[in-house]
Amino acid sequence: MEENAIRKFRMLIIAGSAGSLDVIMKTVGKLPQNIGLTTVIIVHRKNEPDSILQSLLTSKTAIPVKEVEDKEPILANTIYIAPPDYHLLVEDESYFSLDSSEKINYSRPSIDVGFESAATIFKDSLVAVLLSGANADGARGLRTVQLLGGYSIVENPDTAEVNYMPNEAIKLSKFHHIVDGKDIPDYLHQLLSKPIGILE
Amino acid sequence: MKQEKLNIIRDEDFDLLLNELFHLYGYDFTNYAKASLKRRVNRLSIINRFSSFAELFYRVKNDPGFLKHLVEELTVNVSEMFRDPLFFKTLREKVLPILATHPFIRIWHAGCASGEEVYSMAIMLEEANLLHKSLIYATDLNATVIENINKGLFPISQMKLYSQNYIQSGGKRDFSSYYTAKYDWARFDEKLKAKVIVATHNLVSDRSFNEFQLICCRNVMIYFNKDLQDTALTLFDDSLENLGYLALGSKENIRFSKIAGKYTQLENKEKIWRKMQ
Repeated sequence: MEENAIRKFRMLIIAGSAGSLDVIMKTVGKLPQNIGLTTVIIVHRKNEPDSILQSLLTSKTAIPVKEVEDKEPILANTIYIAPPDYHLLVEDESYFSLDSSEKINYSRPSIDVGFESAATIFKDSLVAVLLSGANADGARGLRTVQLLGGYSIVENPDTAEVNYMPNEAIKLSKFHHIVDGKDIPDYLHQLLSKPIGILE
Repeated sequence: MKQEKLNIIRDEDFDLLLNELFHLYGYDFTNYAKASLKRRVNRLSIINRFSSFAELFYRVKNDPGFLKHLVEELTVNVSEMFRDPLFFKTLREKVLPILATHPFIRIWHAGCASGEEVYSMAIMLEEANLLHKSLIYATDLNATVIENINKGLFPISQMKLYSQNYIQSGGKRDFSSYYTAKYDWARFDEKLKAKVIVATHNLVSDRSFNEFQLICCRNVMIYFNKDLQDTALTLFDDSLENLGYLALGSKENIRFSKIAGKYTQLENKEKIWRKMQ
């Protein structure tokens, strides 16, 4: 990747629940490096002391993977995982914050909360992807991403392991980009790599 | 698409609201972390079906009952007994044995809300046979929620979870021996609160009031911005004895703070630091 290329997108959020892990792993494995992108993974999962998600993702990519702590700096070329049992918010362009208030859509982290707060800060430089899941979390947030100019992608419900979550998102807004699960890694690779200009 | 549904409160409105809360009532939220606070104000507006910021603002200025409700909503009060059981296990196994060597133990739960962690601590002290020589200060800025600590009432529906947490934290007794069930509530044993002093204290504006060997402030400072976190951590530093312990939430860290250099984290990665100088 050319280091001096100007790219549109600065943050990518991939979110999902039941049945989303496979697409997440494959997507992370294909993410372009050194393009100035911050990637965030928000998945519903159990709060267990030793999370294996971080080691699973680390095994798929050379990009550093971190679980977010409160006021964690937002760095480019880094993959962040939302910790279980906290909502993940984007405080401003330079750092995250966490919130342990009540569950939203029976979920903490709530995808809606993550999407909405990231959209407020990153607007049209945000890409948000909503994958398979068995609850309605993420639908509202994805609509906010799209309304604030961000690029919103929903996994094709026909290819999703559990189609409820993508269906809810599509019900709420018809303007999302709908992509088959198996095509998402390449789709994102292309979307994110494409420069919109070159720095002289 | 209804744009106002997205964000009822604009940034200017938000600042106006915070200024008003401070000038009229002395609650200073200006150094709270913005993302979370804004979300909560918006959420409150949706729940109360306010159609505009003006409506919310009118209620704040003219309805003291609503103000109380607002402050309760803005100061997050979600907690569990023995939340993060391994944290409590570490307290049990690594910290309480050291505290036991003191003739008298002083512990401060800062931002304790309705007291779930205060009762967890009292149970552990009781089991370590230390409660009789301990004093637990339980403080929160929210006067309404701390009333519950004296009542000792917690929802019975939570007891299954609390009992599991308790066992994972190394608890050996029958958790239900600590409370009596009454309708929807579990009333906790009076002896647990006998050594608890409940008071309002605002980490934003109030000062150090004693010296402690252990300060617990878990998932409270995540709602502060970095400046206010530094202020609170300095207050804790001023309130800790040398070799005292500071315990924070599982995703909090003092790494980037001014006081970091004086503290050493316990080896097992739990968020407990010891003051070394």
